[in-house]
Amino acid sequence: MLNKNIYLILIISLVFAISFWIGFNVNLLPAEASINAPIYDELFKILFIIGLIIFIGMTIAVIYSLFKFRKRNDQIGDGIALEGNLSLEIVWTIIPSIIVLLIGLYSYNIYDRMGGMKELNHNHEMMSSNTEKIWAGISQTSDTEIAINNLSIEVSAMQFAFLFNYPKGNFISGELHVPVDQKVSMKMESKDVIHAFWVPEFRIKQDIIPGQPTILNFTPTKVGKYPIICAELCGPYHGGMRASIIVEEESDYKEWFNKNKKPEVNL
Amino acid sequence: MTISIDPQKTNNESLQPKGWLRYFSFSLDHKVIGIQYLVCGFLFYLIGGTLASAIRIELASPMSDFMPRDVYNQVLTLHGTIMIFLWIVPVVNGAFGNYLIPFYVGARDMAFPRLNAVAFWLIPPSGLMLVASYFVEGAAQAGWTAYPPLSITTPQSGQIIWILSVLLLGGSSIFGGINFIATIIKLRRPGLKLMQLPMYCWAMLGTSLLVVLSTPVLAGTLILLSFDIIANTGFFNPVLGGNVVVYQHLFWFYSHPAVYIMVLPAFGLVSEILPVHARKPLFGYTTMVFSIMGIVVLGLVVWAHHMFTSGTPPWMRLFFTIATAFIAVPTGIKFFNWVATLWGGKISINSAMLFSCGFIINFVFGGITGVALAQVPFDIHVHDTYFVVAHFHYIVYGGTVFIIFSSIYHWFPKVTGKMLNEKLGILHFIITFIGFNLCFAPQHWLGLNGMPRRVAEYDPQFQFVNQISSLGALLMAISTIPFLINVFLSVRNGKEAGDNPWNALTPEWLTSSPPPVENWEGEAPLVEEPYGYGKEISERK
Repeated sequence: MLNKNIYLILIISLVFAISFWIGFNVNLLPAEASINAPIYDELFKILFIIGLIIFIGMTIAVIYSLFKFRKRNDQIGDGIALEGNLSLEIVWTIIPSIIVLLIGLYSYNIYDRMGGMKELNHNHEMMSSNTEKIWAGISQTSDTEIAINNLSIEVSAMQFAFLFNYPKGNFISGELHVPVDQKVSMKMESKDVIHAFWVPEFRIKQDIIPGQPTILNFTPTKVGKYPIICAELCGPYHGGMRASIIVEEESDYKEWFNKNKKPEVNL
Repeated sequence: MTISIDPQKTNNESLQPKGWLRYFSFSLDHKVIGIQYLVCGFLFYLIGGTLASAIRIELASPMSDFMPRDVYNQVLTLHGTIMIFLWIVPVVNGAFGNYLIPFYVGARDMAFPRLNAVAFWLIPPSGLMLVASYFVEGAAQAGWTAYPPLSITTPQSGQIIWILSVLLLGGSSIFGGINFIATIIKLRRPGLKLMQLPMYCWAMLGTSLLVVLSTPVLAGTLILLSFDIIANTGFFNPVLGGNVVVYQHLFWFYSHPAVYIMVLPAFGLVSEILPVHARKPLFGYTTMVFSIMGIVVLGLVVWAHHMFTSGTPPWMRLFFTIATAFIAVPTGIKFFNWVATLWGGKISINSAMLFSCGFIINFVFGGITGVALAQVPFDIHVHDTYFVVAHFHYIVYGGTVFIIFSSIYHWFPKVTGKMLNEKLGILHFIITFIGFNLCFAPQHWLGLNGMPRRVAEYDPQFQFVNQISSLGALLMAISTIPFLINVFLSVRNGKEAGDNPWNALTPEWLTSSPPPVENWEGEAPLVEEPYGYGKEISERK
């Protein structure tokens, strides 16, 4: 009996060790290029490790049972008439409940750190003129900060392109240029069907909905060029509906901005 | 004396055709209807599988080069719709439910045999209509979710036929659901208590409750959508002041429970198969029943987890995260109980057992990614990507379809009186298991790294992994060949099975194989312990 328990403990420790090793050494995610990304990857790592422990454990249990309890040729009759074990069943109700609850609380914390729980409906600079309700995506900033930084961009999506309007410079661009390490706030609206704004390296996504503006805020942290991908089926060319986001040093961004800037039209 | 007198009378034998012709007739025999569901579903599975192969051929290269882009969208829409509404739902509910439930409750037929036949005969015309819509103006191309405004702006005839077809299939499903509830509650043999029923009855009771509660919502939604398309109303059309997100709420109020409509019956079937081939009682009968009912209740309040990127208020996201993640608890109980059923048994390693164990492994994997997807911050990155495609194929193919095959190997001798060939069966399992995992496991990585779903073209950096996935799909297509050969050879020349080749204790095996028209020559046996393995006959109640 003692021997059996030692084997069980050994196997469980091995499953944990393998899961932790894979969790820390196998990277399944693209580059991290926004403030959200490392927070997301922290959650991913934890879920990945817990998932591996359960999956490897269950797979071993099934394969071991098939091997150990297989019917040998000389055997007749049935297995033991075991109809249940109440304490065991209570254990595997309570432990998963606790795990699931902890994961839920932890992901709530992650979501809060990403800015998802912030109210976006009040006093937003771009919507001061009207009182329409804006349903929010992820926010990484509070409204006062936006007012100071003033990096507000209006995104319009249509079959099958994104257009980026820079109200301060009075111009529209097909590429999204943003300075590194600065908070960006986007108000997005669709001209036709539902689209979605997704930057995998930023770990953010928000649907762009006709008739109902959505807001997405983010802070890029790494200079480079990343794809903007439409993630909601929007028609035949859905797969080709892509744009680029160019994250650059502030001086490069200023240069690009001033080059494209148009003077206000005097009426 | 018995409450099954009515079906007996309606089942007027002299009016029913004999032999194979009865499968093409308006038969009222629940066994005939069950087989009609199964064979009809399998034919649509072959069509849906062909469409899946076309998708994987298109995705073997990064460019859109195999078929026109709008045809690709039609193919993916038809693939999803056919696999859900014409293969999985009719087969796990209609086929096995009709065949087994009357045996399990000790009745001679379903409660409403005519309704039952109507429910089946709605399926072939609506399925054919759906497929034929391709030849009108092109089939629907807004995905199986048919989100407006895309579904309003794409060619109308295809979308309207799609709506009509799904409405008919939903109606069929509701008829079936009512019939199962009535049969399980009212047609039980005298002396048979609810807590003595085989687990599949409980699964079908839970599933039918979900069908009856949620399918009408889908029907109403689709009728409103059709008004938007043909009558220029503005329920969901933003141009006319409609709200597109309302459609998503209504749609997912049905379509998330639809996942349980597809997996709960499979949970029931595997609970019948494992004890027989492990020669052990089903572990934890009572907790199994409660977890089914727990899944039914929770399944109705999780729909908005499909809409985390649609723009929902934060508190709502939080509620749906917790509710969704908690479904893992009753589901987990079932999986632990199945492994405990295997533990200490005398397990026959045969095709039915292998497919069931493959189901456990695949479904645990899909369940784990499901708990991850329930977390809002996790979902926001991978929503609408290949990660989700991989996740739900692990649930509905790796889960339910594996159980459909397992069930076919298990009940084929019951239906035909012949055994299926075990060598071909194990070959079928090996190719399916490898092909399935090769096809769908790499898709998790694709989604995490930036490949959205429902695209005909993609970033060339994903080509190699997509080709691995397509290779897996090829193996899955090949795997149906040994299965079909096996079925055709065994129907004609299979080994004689005898009445009860597995020495099973559930009631369907306590009659001849194939069973007589009214299931038992004499009175239906009273089976109080359908899982009484390992006990002497004298010990069994």
